[in-house]
Amino acid sequence: MGVETLKIKLLAILLMCSFSGFCSENTSDKKEQGEFNPKEMILHHVKDAYGFHLWDWDGHSVSIPLPVLLWVDGELISFMSSEFHHDSNGEVVVERNGHRFVNYHEKIYQLASGASALAFNEDHYPSNASKPLDISITKNVFMMWISVLVLLLLFITTARKYKQSTQNVPTGIAGFMEPLILFVRDEIAITMIGKHKYKRYMPYLLTIFFFIWINNIFGLIPIINGANLSGNIAFTFTLATFTFIVTTFSGNKNYWKHIFWMPGVPVPMKIFLAPIEVIGMLVKPISLMIRLFANITAGHIIILALMSLIFMFKTIAVAPVSVLFALFIAVIEIIVTAIQAYIFTVLSALYFGMATEEEHH
Amino acid sequence: MDLGSIAAIGAGLAAIGAGLGIGKIGGQAMEAMARQPEIHGKIQSSALILAAFVEAVALFAVVVSFLK
Repeated sequence: MGVETLKIKLLAILLMCSFSGFCSENTSDKKEQGEFNPKEMILHHVKDAYGFHLWDWDGHSVSIPLPVLLWVDGELISFMSSEFHHDSNGEVVVERNGHRFVNYHEKIYQLASGASALAFNEDHYPSNASKPLDISITKNVFMMWISVLVLLLLFITTARKYKQSTQNVPTGIAGFMEPLILFVRDEIAITMIGKHKYKRYMPYLLTIFFFIWINNIFGLIPIINGANLSGNIAFTFTLATFTFIVTTFSGNKNYWKHIFWMPGVPVPMKIFLAPIEVIGMLVKPISLMIRLFANITAGHIIILALMSLIFMFKTIAVAPVSVLFALFIAVIEIIVTAIQAYIFTVLSALYFGMATEEEHH
Repeated sequence: MDLGSIAAIGAGLAAIGAGLGIGKIGGQAMEAMARQPEIHGKIQSSALILAAFVEAVALFAVVVSFLK
């Protein structure tokens, strides 16, 4: 019996260590605040941060600091995020060029002149500080650059392989990339846009497909605990805006006619339909934005919530159950990474197809 | 009852709606694929796209209940 429980405990610890990013930080949260607060822990992990917090060692945080860049009164102020000493409660003040900065809930505030500590109003918002223009290399920005590098390496090597080969036969990594690129061309671009016009949109479709996919995958790596780039609404907003701009500028006469003066319906109906169609035009990119953001964030929240169960019940007996469930969800998330990249690309292609469709009688 | 628990009920209702919708799409797609296995791929991709549309509505609801 004793050996059995020991085995279970060992297994649990082993499994937990594979999620070291999650579990070590849970314990630190518990230590600092006495009571474990799952909501705070989950939001902390889903949000962007000024450095990669890896784990706690003897009460000290081990993390990779990233540069903080602030634009204050026409001058650039830079320092490493380690100067905050892992503080995100607005307690450690960093002074540069006569300006004082604090990190409060992973947002940098500039203290008003004369103030030496953060003060709060009755709504728990800082009352004597303002947010400067923040162009810091946060962990999301950092991961985005890494993914851009990986994509460049992948595709430049693929292109070079085709150039080297005399019979145009893909070798090495190109053999892996060719079916994926052909999938985007045949299943997404040609089906949705049509044989004659798809070529113009191929670069964009390939870019968003692989960019979203690789960032979704990077978001699942536990050790850099959720540099949750595609679960960041600003990121998905930018991608959806690009799709909107491309759709709007490639819209032909037929497309605009279907929005403002719907053919084939009586005139009162035409007037009634126009505002609805205009709203529909704007809702399409908004739904793209929210779909990607909510799907990826939801996956992260579920895994973190399962992990918090251990600390809410305060027993290790829950650990095997929640770790196995988290593993199950993590495997589903791997499928979701590809499906969401596919859905975003296919819907973008569908909108381009609608915008370029010719009138047919 | 505070606003948070009402939001949770809203999220649950949205999940029911999305479950019904995606279940219907999945079931019908399966049936169609069994009837006509030769266009299996086409049915699958359209089913995925339709599921994404249904899901979008549910996700709108979830985001609204997040924002409260």
